[in-house]
Amino acid sequence: MTEPADHDVLSAAQGASAALLRSLLAPARGRVRLTVVLLLLQQAAVQAGPLLVAYAIDRGVPAARQHDYGPAAAAGACYLLCALAAGLMRYAVVRLTARIGQDALLDLRGRIFRHGQALSVDFHERYTSGRLVSRATTDVESIRELLNDGLQELIGVALSVLYVTATLLYLDPGIGGAALVSFVPLSLLVRGYRRRSIVVHRARSTAIAAVIVKFTETMNGIRPVQAFRREAVNDAHFERLNLEHRRTNTATSLAMARYVVCSRLTANTAVAAIVVWAAYRVAEGGLALGVLAASVLYLRRLYDPIDRLGMFLNSYQSAAASLEKIAALLAQRPSVPEPAVPLPLPDRGADGPGREVVFEGVRFGYRTGGEVLPRFDLTLGAGRTVAVVGATGAGKSTLAKLLARFYDPVEGRVLLDGVPLRDLAGARLRREVVMVTQEAFLFSGTVAENIAVGRPDASRAQIEAAAEAIGAHDFIAALPEGYDTDVRKRGGRVSAGQRQLISFARALLADPAVLILDEATSSLDIPGERAVQHAMRTVLRGRTAVVIAHRLSTVEIADRVLVMADGRIVEDGPPAELVAADGHFADLHRAWRDSLV
Amino acid sequence: MRSLARLWPYVRPVRGTLLVAALAAVLASCFGLVIPLALKWIVDGPVADRDPPGVWLGGLVVALLGVAEAGLAGVRRVVLAGPLAGVEAEMRSAFYRRLQRLPVSFHDRWPSGQLLSRATADLMLVRVFLAFPLTFLLVNGVTIVMGFAVLLLQEWTLGLVLLAPVVPLIVLCSLFEERYSRAARTSQDRVGDLTTIVEESVLGIRVIKGFGRHRAQEQAFARQSALLRESELRKASLLGRLWGLVTALPELAIGAALVLGVVQVADGGLTAGTLVAFLSTALALRWPVESIGFLLAVTNDAAAATDRFFEVMDAPQAPPDAAPEPAPADGSRTGRATVRDRGLRLAGVEFRYPDAPAAAPPVLRGVDLHIRPGETMALVGTTGCGKTTLTALIPRLHEATAGRITLDGQEITALPRARLRELVSVAFEEPTLFSASAGENVLMGAAGAGEAELRRALAVAQAGFVHSLPDGHRTQVGELGLSLSGGQRQRLALARAVVGGPRYLILDDPLSALDVHTEALVESALREVLATTTALVVAHRPSTVLLADRVALLSGGRITAVGTHHELLHGNGEYASLMSGPERRP
Repeated sequence: MTEPADHDVLSAAQGASAALLRSLLAPARGRVRLTVVLLLLQQAAVQAGPLLVAYAIDRGVPAARQHDYGPAAAAGACYLLCALAAGLMRYAVVRLTARIGQDALLDLRGRIFRHGQALSVDFHERYTSGRLVSRATTDVESIRELLNDGLQELIGVALSVLYVTATLLYLDPGIGGAALVSFVPLSLLVRGYRRRSIVVHRARSTAIAAVIVKFTETMNGIRPVQAFRREAVNDAHFERLNLEHRRTNTATSLAMARYVVCSRLTANTAVAAIVVWAAYRVAEGGLALGVLAASVLYLRRLYDPIDRLGMFLNSYQSAAASLEKIAALLAQRPSVPEPAVPLPLPDRGADGPGREVVFEGVRFGYRTGGEVLPRFDLTLGAGRTVAVVGATGAGKSTLAKLLARFYDPVEGRVLLDGVPLRDLAGARLRREVVMVTQEAFLFSGTVAENIAVGRPDASRAQIEAAAEAIGAHDFIAALPEGYDTDVRKRGGRVSAGQRQLISFARALLADPAVLILDEATSSLDIPGERAVQHAMRTVLRGRTAVVIAHRLSTVEIADRVLVMADGRIVEDGPPAELVAADGHFADLHRAWRDSLV
Repeated sequence: MRSLARLWPYVRPVRGTLLVAALAAVLASCFGLVIPLALKWIVDGPVADRDPPGVWLGGLVVALLGVAEAGLAGVRRVVLAGPLAGVEAEMRSAFYRRLQRLPVSFHDRWPSGQLLSRATADLMLVRVFLAFPLTFLLVNGVTIVMGFAVLLLQEWTLGLVLLAPVVPLIVLCSLFEERYSRAARTSQDRVGDLTTIVEESVLGIRVIKGFGRHRAQEQAFARQSALLRESELRKASLLGRLWGLVTALPELAIGAALVLGVVQVADGGLTAGTLVAFLSTALALRWPVESIGFLLAVTNDAAAATDRFFEVMDAPQAPPDAAPEPAPADGSRTGRATVRDRGLRLAGVEFRYPDAPAAAPPVLRGVDLHIRPGETMALVGTTGCGKTTLTALIPRLHEATAGRITLDGQEITALPRARLRELVSVAFEEPTLFSASAGENVLMGAAGAGEAELRRALAVAQAGFVHSLPDGHRTQVGELGLSLSGGQRQRLALARAVVGGPRYLILDDPLSALDVHTEALVESALREVLATTTALVVAHRPSTVLLADRVALLSGGRITAVGTHHELLHGNGEYASLMSGPERRP
């Protein structure tokens, strides 16, 4: 079984990275053209210098001797103009390319981020956060390098090669031709370098991703790391990954060094060979001495951009390896796709009873194998509170995740007021169905902002009312800055129970038609839980609720209890009936009563 | 830019290599400069004289110079490749090592995205700086100084004209440096913030999905990346200005020198040959001067990156381990401890978060608690009263700000941290597993524990599900492996805490994610372990409390009552309200 996300490199269609780069640069087509023109002009201004010097000496000096300072002044003025123009255009080019590059990066970062957010939970569970982070950071960084300097380099190199080759051909077709011939081994070298370097760059990008994964895992779990004295073991492991990155890093530099040396050698040899050959032609009278002199100087310039081409290729390869991974990530389709044509949901009405949920012939298994929920049918009446109980691993959370559409069933469908979840627009579904889990993740920001995740446009009064309703107001008000207290790094200063209360308030504020509580109160103390229980009676009015809980206190407020075992619903009925029936639930209930002492 | 000097300890080991590389670069550029001269010599000499052997000789010389130039350029790159990657790797490792050992309170303050961007993007910048600007600022600087010496020797009046832009250039460069380094710093900080958003949005994906909040998250991301774009463009604008000036100013001087020179030649004060030689030298200096703009920019980026790196490296570390006391030969230390001292004792323990506002009361103010050897104490209190904070003080994840904590009479601050954490085993409220096999995750609780201990620990924690995972206890879990349910993770974390029978055990609400049946099974198995362990168990409900021999009530930052469950239930109103069963429906 190969899971695509188990690998750092997901497979993507051929040419996907080139297409991605093209699409990033497409909106800036006009600017790219303008940059080319400016570079052309700038090159012309720079190249004019030697010509003006020649003019000043050949014409200006004799004229000045006749006390005619016109030509000298003209040459001087032109020189100054060219200098100013070159400076101005350099400024313009730097700004333009930065603009092109930054716009493309803004676009790319946005695409990665939006796509990451659109992909389903199961993808995230397999792809791991570190990899996604490294796609959006180091991989984007290497593309930034390409766009920042690479573009300029490439255009500059192309222009200078064209210009010099044309001049050489004009001076002497023989020498120009010889120079063109020297491009054959050079282009072979370039090809060889590209082939080798894509391999080493790919390896390097994979290596740095591994470093990032290890790094984030350690920093996010720093408490257990220190408590279980993992520092030394981690050091060794990190060292290993870091060494691998060092090795691949060295390999990329060496590949570049090899290219530079080989092509420099070829170029310098070509210069020597052409000079000897041309000198013989001069000796035989086939070539003018002046042409030889000029050609020799131009030949040197012809091969000057070799290093710059290498630098461009280097950043291009590094960017290509990153582009490849990003393109593959962007090619991943969410396994829980948005409907092409979303269906409307009937109006709930202000005081409606919530919405009806129907599981119709649903079967589900995780991709990693094993059937978790064999085929079943289930109807949850609108406005009812249904408790789901059972041992860990019985499939309760899977049931909840299907209802929240974190996953789609393998077979059958889940209907909300008769509309399949698959056909509901994501935004609509999330307004109607909200799930609160045990994990209670807090984002950096204030407590108020964290509650407002449920409804961004909520007023402060509404936020406080939601907190009040589930008994979170007192502890929040007691925080140093009340609702404006920053929870910092994933709620470092808020206890687990308080975090659950905040995430509960968040769900309440969202005011969904269907509320799923998956172990949402597991870390609360008894008074806290009691307050929540108490609040739930009012809070759940007008909603359909699915409550998963180990502690049966939560079950007391349910109209109906489902007992699950091994993915199947084994008991179903009002709590009082089940207690009397002497089945699984009666057992659980007894055990729970005992646990209360 | 001064901060770059702080890189020295990391650069020191490769200083020889850097020197060789710089030499190679200087030599290569010398050979590069000589090649045109050799070409000129061929043209003026053998070719003009129709001297074939001379042509061959000249060609050979040019070829040899070419080989030498290519070879030296190669030498520079080849000798630098490994060592510089090594410097980057060493700095990253040092960073990671330090971060692992910084106190938890540091990590509470620093988003890991900010740390990550320092460990990756910033260190790459430092490597680029060492590979290029460091060498070429030197090489080009030397070239420029030499070039000007030659110019001044050739014709000092014209040389002075060319020197004229130097002063404004230096002023402009230093102005630029100041502004650019600020812009670079802003930009890198924004990269860090962006990384934080990315990380949170991935870690909190379930919440974001659950509330359909990806739109808002995207907006926050878009805002942050627009800010980054803005500061990058600001950098580009500064850089463009510098490049423009560095391109134009010397050219203006050359233009002026050209006009002056022509006039002087016309007046007969200067030969045309000298003027040509003078101007070609000046033109040859163009690249070294122009490149300074680019080199300075990279140098500034690297300086900002170095600052960011050392900001973390300079963070106050946890106080060092006390020097180990020489153990008394007869093991009298434990003997010396009176019965009163034995077990785990907290006396007058106070704690406030280092970054808490000065006016805020401490979280814990004077906690006194004594857990006798082998006793299990439950810790009870309202949500957020500081129970978890208290448990973090014992393995010194946080340092108590006052008071003493002793294990069998020995102050924990006198123990090396590693030893202390070996003695004290913890199961956290949030069961974090690492990317390793399930078995390894459990065994990291005890050094040297084997298969038998693993099996026992799994049994105690009722984590038998491990055996039915695809590869049994060798199945990879955590970030890079199979994702387990909350209850499964909690049981593995519990197994990790109890493996190998630790002397002291701290369990923070260890059964919150378990169903009633499993909870009961774990409890009965735990009882056996707890019988021989000195333990502190944070408890929210009576069933957990019943694991303990006695209960301590934490309230208002103090232990307000200690006793058995039944004593407190009847004698303490606060405790009774915390523990009384939920209301029944009428």
